Amino acid sequence: MATRLDARFKACRDEGRAALVTFLMCGDPDPETSLALLRALPKAGADVIEIGMPFTDPMADGPSIQAAGLRALAAGMSLKRTLGVVKAFRETDDATPIVLMGYFNPIYVYGVDRFVADAKALGVDGLIVVDLPPEEDDELCLQALAAGLSFVRLATPTTDAARLPKVLTNTSGFVYYVSITGITGAATPDYSRVSEAVKRIKAHTDLPIAVGFGVKNAETAAAIAAHADGVVVGTALVDALKHSLDGQGAATDQTIPAVTKLVVELASGVRRARTLAAE
Amino acid sequence: MNIDLPNSIRTGPDERGHFGNFGGRFVAETLMPLILQLEQAYADAKADPSFQAELDFLARHYVGRPSPLYLAERMTEALGGAKIYFKRDELNHTGAHKINNVLGQILLARRMGKKRIIAETGAGQHGVATATACAKYGLECVVYMGAVDVERQRPNVFRMEMLGAKIVPVQSGSRTLKDAMNEALRDWVTNVADTFYCIGTAAGPHPYPAMVRDFQCVIGNEVRWQMQEAEGRLPDSLIACIGGGSNAIGLFHPFLDDKSVEIYGVEAAGHGLEHANGHAASLAGGRPGVLHGNRTYLLMDEDGQINEGHSISAGLDYPGIGPEHAWLRDIGRVTYLSATDKDALEAFQFCCRQEGIIPALEPSHALAQVMKLAPTKPKDHLMVMNLCGRGDKDIFTVADHLGGM
Repeated sequence: MATRLDARFKACRDEGRAALVTFLMCGDPDPETSLALLRALPKAGADVIEIGMPFTDPMADGPSIQAAGLRALAAGMSLKRTLGVVKAFRETDDATPIVLMGYFNPIYVYGVDRFVADAKALGVDGLIVVDLPPEEDDELCLQALAAGLSFVRLATPTTDAARLPKVLTNTSGFVYYVSITGITGAATPDYSRVSEAVKRIKAHTDLPIAVGFGVKNAETAAAIAAHADGVVVGTALVDALKHSLDGQGAATDQTIPAVTKLVVELASGVRRARTLAAE
Repeated sequence: MNIDLPNSIRTGPDERGHFGNFGGRFVAETLMPLILQLEQAYADAKADPSFQAELDFLARHYVGRPSPLYLAERMTEALGGAKIYFKRDELNHTGAHKINNVLGQILLARRMGKKRIIAETGAGQHGVATATACAKYGLECVVYMGAVDVERQRPNVFRMEMLGAKIVPVQSGSRTLKDAMNEALRDWVTNVADTFYCIGTAAGPHPYPAMVRDFQCVIGNEVRWQMQEAEGRLPDSLIACIGGGSNAIGLFHPFLDDKSVEIYGVEAAGHGLEHANGHAASLAGGRPGVLHGNRTYLLMDEDGQINEGHSISAGLDYPGIGPEHAWLRDIGRVTYLSATDKDALEAFQFCCRQEGIIPALEPSHALAQVMKLAPTKPKDHLMVMNLCGRGDKDIFTVADHLGGM
């Protein structure tokens, strides 16, 4: 049976375009607004939804996503409630793939076997766990795959040809190519290098390659979409959300429109790339 | 505990960096190739006699080793029990044990051709040691330090600046040591090609816990022959304070297989273990979890979110502990105790007046347990406490607290 992730990447490929993968932190700025935001994403043009599992010590994230996690935790978000948000999302949308992204400790404390069972049952499609390299596959990856979840791995500019096969073993759903060495929200990548890197990874796998880090607007989304099967956007959306908050950090009536407006723009960038590629 | 142990418990970690269930390599993919490269470089260096020879030369002529094993006579008399020896690592160049590890890592960085060194620091002792070694070898040095610690350890901030290091005050999270480590890891992920991360304690992803331990074992190795010279036998007990636990593992490790030697680690109990989030005793008040590249005992809430913790001592104010300590606790080889801020302040003053030595607040925690344990031991019991740092950096903190007492 094809998974939601496989089906969605195939549908986008059939349309001759890259998929738009959006990231938001679960519970940012509060659980209710967060669910409403997630529900609004597919209509605005998001093809795959990444949901951040908040953590106090996100070692690979820049200031924007760090702050988003702390806002969510301050609003009472937890891993258990994150799964609750997924359940609520699935009540109205059974097609959009959901990938949970975060760090291992909350999952480890929740209990690995219990977590993969609950995540699968509630409608999660894949996991990205930043601090679990292939060397630690017996911690979560193998259990997730056995439960029918995809385990999406990060590949980076430091992942050389010798290491790539190790990284791709046990990877499923898609490969997330991090286009720069650095934390989320940092520099803009060199697009010619992105193209080379995607080709290099494609030589080793048939999985779709989504590229992230440094995508901020329609132009950068289009530039990446020309070379990849998916474009991941996180920090720019989290920043748009943050700028819509009031002085106390609470949601306003501008919060949902601010995020969806940017998603519409990014989706148009992704689609424009298809047009360019076709010409 | 019913755990089958090998004949020696000094052989860890295994090839994946595990001490029992603890340790490992929980890092982002960007860092993995470099961590593997570091592991190889360290293995090569260990096998190269010229590396150890250079380190020995520096230990003797630059650091001032061996540090004395000193009989604290008035304290022994006042407490009326065990014969108390101080291992005087506070007399090292830069004033603490931290330099032992830093010189090893900096020599390794030079072998690897790295030109830029980053470090995290809590009390500032590791930052000062790193800045010192970088100055000596002409390397760029960036030190991440929690903004709270920048305030409470001003003297060390000035020292690092004098030595040419760039200090980055970290404003995220609790603005103490764990946040400094997060920020250093973020720097490393970004500048992975030219940067060497000089970790200050026996924690982090493999091979750091084993490598830092190896560099600190000079402490215990010296105690072994020094005690032989002084008393003609092994010590009966060892005591050291524990934040991440590098001074402690350096003293303990050479004695782990000597079953007659009692070993005590002392965590920081801050305001008291009964105050949730008011202490930094991750073994006494934490549970196993994964942070900063390794599995170990952590202070955290039921959702796995890391607590900030508290200790008067910036060097012990960390919600985790080195993975080898976590394992040594679980197998029962080392007994882990704790001391509160108040206990440490009392021990600090006692040491100043009894011995004419101003200790750092970190080993003052170990001293507080010496004051409790020594009177329970016979007079021929040989007790060694690692006086791992001097207290010059802490005099203003202590003055503030005593003024308010």
